[in-house]
Amino acid sequence: MNIPNSWLQLALYVGLLLLITKPLGLYLMRVLDSRGETFLDRLVKPFERLTYKVSGINPNLEQDWIGYTVSLLAFSLVGMLMTYFILRYQDHLPLNPQGFPGLAPHLAFNTAASFTTNTNWQSYAGESTMSYFSQMVALTIHNFTSAASGIAIAAALVRGIARQSVTTIGNFWVDTVRVTYYLLVPVCILFALFLVSQGIVQNFKPYTVAKTYEPYTIQVPKVDQAGKPVMAADGKTPVMVDQSVDTQTIVQGPMASQVAIKMLGTNGGGFVNANAAHPYENPTPLSNFIQMLSIFAIPSALTYYLGRMIKNQRHGWAVWGAMFVMFMAGVLVCWKAESSGNPIHHALGVSASGGNMEGKEVRFGIFNSALFATITTDASCGAVNAMHDSFTPIGGLVPLFNIQTGEVIFGGVGAGLYGMLIFVVLAVFIAGLMVGRTPEYAGKKIEAYDVKLVMMVLMVLSATILGFTAWASIADWGLAGLNNSGPHGFSEILYAYSSAVGNNGSAFAGLTAAPADGNPHWDTTLGIAMLIGRFLMIVPILALAGNLAGKKLIPASAGTFKTEGVTFIALLIGTVVLVGALTFLPALAIGPIVEHFLMGAGTLF
Amino acid sequence: MKTILKDLATALLVTAVLTILLCGAYPAAVWAAGQALFPAKANGSLVVGADGTVRGSTLLAQNFSSDKYFQPRPSAAGTGYDATSSGGTNFGPTSQKLSDSIKAAVKAYRDSNGLAADAAVPADAVTSSASGLDPHISPENAQIQAARVAKARALPLEKVTALVTAATEGRDLGILGEAGVNVLRLNLALDAISPAAGK
Repeated sequence: MNIPNSWLQLALYVGLLLLITKPLGLYLMRVLDSRGETFLDRLVKPFERLTYKVSGINPNLEQDWIGYTVSLLAFSLVGMLMTYFILRYQDHLPLNPQGFPGLAPHLAFNTAASFTTNTNWQSYAGESTMSYFSQMVALTIHNFTSAASGIAIAAALVRGIARQSVTTIGNFWVDTVRVTYYLLVPVCILFALFLVSQGIVQNFKPYTVAKTYEPYTIQVPKVDQAGKPVMAADGKTPVMVDQSVDTQTIVQGPMASQVAIKMLGTNGGGFVNANAAHPYENPTPLSNFIQMLSIFAIPSALTYYLGRMIKNQRHGWAVWGAMFVMFMAGVLVCWKAESSGNPIHHALGVSASGGNMEGKEVRFGIFNSALFATITTDASCGAVNAMHDSFTPIGGLVPLFNIQTGEVIFGGVGAGLYGMLIFVVLAVFIAGLMVGRTPEYAGKKIEAYDVKLVMMVLMVLSATILGFTAWASIADWGLAGLNNSGPHGFSEILYAYSSAVGNNGSAFAGLTAAPADGNPHWDTTLGIAMLIGRFLMIVPILALAGNLAGKKLIPASAGTFKTEGVTFIALLIGTVVLVGALTFLPALAIGPIVEHFLMGAGTLF
Repeated sequence: MKTILKDLATALLVTAVLTILLCGAYPAAVWAAGQALFPAKANGSLVVGADGTVRGSTLLAQNFSSDKYFQPRPSAAGTGYDATSSGGTNFGPTSQKLSDSIKAAVKAYRDSNGLAADAAVPADAVTSSASGLDPHISPENAQIQAARVAKARALPLEKVTALVTAATEGRDLGILGEAGVNVLRLNLALDAISPAAGK
């Protein structure tokens, strides 16, 4: 490990992020304006017009918040059903060279909910479950559309804040189509090609069987002629036999095109089980760096879009600043914890200078694994380039708490901004209470109805995480899925529901949500948690957008609380961290926090 | 109700158009350009033997366990280095099973490389990677193994360490990531100068 070099990488990352925020934000201004002109118009406009024509969309018609919401829900429903049925019947569909069977109902439901909600929690291992058709159609469609609709919702909320005395907040179809055509697709084509140049595969061939150099012997359960495992005399332990392995079956498929949008759209669902840790999904440190940058690119630019739209760029940068401070705190804590390593393993003779390398890749090392873990959970991405389950307790606490803050530290595409604006409203409300004035935000009075919507979002999400965690912690089906015992087992449960409700999708991946005995509880509860986390957040937010759009702008006075500068940044950070801490500290105390002290004491489970 | 039905119809049509574009045209375009510009990489960076058989991929670890080869990191992918079952152990920091397996791996590593019973072992050598297919080992790990490989093949140590240096992939652009030694490339280079007779 080279500490100065790691700082240099961090500086490079932050510098580039800062550099693209304004130009991309300005570009978003054009894309999210139905009459905006872009340099791609000549190429893309015909496709845009054709899409409206075929689908019967009038691009000049704006919707009120109810119309916007109904369109969004209809679009999500259609997409979710399509994905469900493709996954169920993939064995009857083309591009299935490995001959994978259709998915079980609960796994298909879980996966359809997962991709529709931009979560991309994966109860399955891609390379041994999904046909190329399922990957490319059933899953990739949502990687685009859930990202585009997330950005659309953020834009609708910002319009609600910026406009006055109107009922409309934009046209859902126009927003979604324009974001897809002018932003996501053009970037992804270039990004995917770059990823191929780094070594990500892009083909439609069946898996390649390689003849390896050194055959070796493994022990496998003996099976009888019917294919059932043969049991020893006690009837429980299977009889094992030697089997020589002299081949390696190598995964192929249309991977690069899917990985590009998986990162840019903060989806995070891997083509293969190991996700961005797999050398095919993330072959080089350079591909890793660009993938990390692509996660934060749009969320960061959206803060600039916010500032432009409400004509207060200092506010946009203040929101960016609050996000940045929390991001840096997470990176530094996680990096420190992972590079300190595990004293239990050091006592066994593992070099202490190497840090905690369990579940990490050599080409990324400690620093890039900690950085990626922080970014992917600050955003609602959920791709992983190291196994969070094997992080040290504090190293694993950082991604977990990031998710529990609501993924507002840059956050998912769109979701990060509208999530953060919930906290902004709450922060100005608290500030208003402290000075005894009616709170105002961007020239709008924040009233009881607005604050009720905000609190509803926060309480429903927290209650869903903690409620399901409590249930799974005492249920047989819940404990059956665990890969670790003791406090770490509890952390696996807490992480799973936090990730599902937060629409993150990363996991303490030892957890088995789709057990071999077919018990549907994990898949089903996680699927429901993901749907609650997405739609019970979006609907109140669009209601808030509609309500704000109808209000009058009142001129700022000397007593108006300024939503810019250091005071506001501190207040906003305080609100985010306090709400998260008050809600989740008790649960975290019996998970990662107690495990940290037990690790120091050398306790094993 | 009427607007809901109209929205559902619009949703169906938009989904149909987007499916053709995003799930058909887009991956096909990337496929065509990728195959034209980077054919070797788009097909898996495969290693092909003299007789045309595929022997592995330079991006994926495969099993090497004898003394005359450099050995990759421990793997939790399936029964080990199974490229259709990528993943880590997912054991947490206070896992008894993880502790036991690291203890055994430390002893095996010290024994096979002739290290002292209290010598610190490079972290990457005894921990499982995230993918189970990590193609690299750390340069420190490779240096320790070099002595064993040189002895097993009756080669001068300098020759082996020169190959290690050649198979070391440095940081991208000089700063990104960490340096790693590609085990498969290194072992192929070894076989080229000192053919592994038989098994």
